Amino acid sequence: MQISDRRAPRLSVWAGALALAAATAQAQTPAPNPHLARNLAATCANCHGTNGNAVGEMKSLAGTPAERTIALMTYYKTTAQPQGVTIMHQIAKGYTDDQIKLIAGYFAAQQPRK
Amino acid sequence: MQTRFNSELSRRSLLGAGMALGGLTLAGCASTASGPSIGRVVVVGGGFGGATAARYLKMWGGNIDVTLVERNPNFISCPISNLVLGGHKQMADISRGYGGLKALGVKVVQGDVTAVDAAGKKVRLAGGGELAYDRLIVSPGIDFMFEQVGGLQAAVDSGRITHSWKAGPQTVALRKQLEAMPNGGVFAMSIPKVPYRCPPGPYERACMVASYLKTAKPRSKVLVLDGNPEIQSKKALFERAFRDHYSGIIEYRANAELKEVSGLTAKLEFEDVKADVLNVIPPQRAGDLARSAGLININNRWAGVDWLTMESTAVKGVHVLGDATFSAPAMPKSGHMANQHAKVAAAAIISLLKGEAVNATPVVMNTCYSFVTASDVVHVASVHQYDAKDKTFKTVPGSGGVSAAASQLEGRYALSWADNIWNDMLNA
Repeated sequence: MQISDRRAPRLSVWAGALALAAATAQAQTPAPNPHLARNLAATCANCHGTNGNAVGEMKSLAGTPAERTIALMTYYKTTAQPQGVTIMHQIAKGYTDDQIKLIAGYFAAQQPRK
Repeated sequence: MQTRFNSELSRRSLLGAGMALGGLTLAGCASTASGPSIGRVVVVGGGFGGATAARYLKMWGGNIDVTLVERNPNFISCPISNLVLGGHKQMADISRGYGGLKALGVKVVQGDVTAVDAAGKKVRLAGGGELAYDRLIVSPGIDFMFEQVGGLQAAVDSGRITHSWKAGPQTVALRKQLEAMPNGGVFAMSIPKVPYRCPPGPYERACMVASYLKTAKPRSKVLVLDGNPEIQSKKALFERAFRDHYSGIIEYRANAELKEVSGLTAKLEFEDVKADVLNVIPPQRAGDLARSAGLININNRWAGVDWLTMESTAVKGVHVLGDATFSAPAMPKSGHMANQHAKVAAAAIISLLKGEAVNATPVVMNTCYSFVTASDVVHVASVHQYDAKDKTFKTVPGSGGVSAAASQLEGRYALSWADNIWNDMLNA
């Protein structure tokens, strides 16, 4: 969101207007908390383990590529009753697409425990 | 104990005086990360809320002093404890130690907090010691309103009637009573009006006791006396379980509020019910510590909180978790939810101690599994997003729900849920 000083002078007016618009938007919607992804992912830990490292037969999420988690969660979210799924379709429908992306990114960055 | 607390106090005053501490080693500083501590958090209550808070404060807070005060030597889980009543699990299966939290640098103090001095920012311990804090977390669970049922306090004190709504000796006592009950006997259980801890729990208990009696004492009966007009959670699924598995064993009665107990007789408004084993889940309120600390400010029963931080709306600097809180709409009093409360509180407290803005868009979710047989399980799930306008959590329309039917697959998930949440809260 920072507009660099090195931008061409011609753009500076537009850049200023954009910065102002962004600042206004930020005043209306507070900046996302830097720990949002971590906090959201922690809502999954009760079943999928702390930082996505599950014990027992529950699926671990640590190290899972983000695209895979996003694709699965989107499928759960958009399908009324996916075949063979007991609970995740009900949970996925409670999260926004942006939240799913943050969660997926967080788990992708976690180290799977051996 | 006293010496250690005092040394912590003096260390804080040194910090407050702005004195350089580089290279100094001070007794009582349990933090392992480098740099000065960001603050001291005392957590009272080592259940699903408190233990999770202690763990996540350490994990997310880095160099932060966390002390957990818990009166019991071990954690004993209410979830899965109905399986012990059914004879399908042992007490050891639902017990975990606090060693995992100690290994993370949490100071675990076994003891009772007798008073909270919010102005002086310290708690008093039963032994006479004190613990100073920058932020206090109180996760006291529930205590019982025995006064609402005549004769109940004395009957529970004498051991004649169990509540078994806190896992531990009460679980063992009820199991022994069931083992001693004659074939052909009546097990009666009373369910209080909502709100109470674990909405589906009583109906799971009926199923688990019935599953035991069905094979061990098949002429026996389970009489469910519900103070509510209907089954309060997973209604259709429990009704089906009662019919499919326990027909002729479980008898369910709605609007059967317990007024008084006399011996092993349950006195309802219009009739008396004689039992061989009587289990009474009493009406509940926030735990005793919430009351003595002045945290109960809603309906004379529950602690109101700011859902962004879990900070009490009655006492500044004190955060309340779990069953003791006045629940947001459609938010269950469950161990799972207490764990989620704890993560909201841990994140917020770390931000507050660092002088940063707290997360303005927290999310919590709940999953409750209930066993209807030793292996078949049903669930209820919900997701709650913070609503800035109404300053509360609200369930997301179209999300959440219950099982299509009971299944053994969900039975495996339920046991795995337990292992994972116990591990998440206790690192054990």
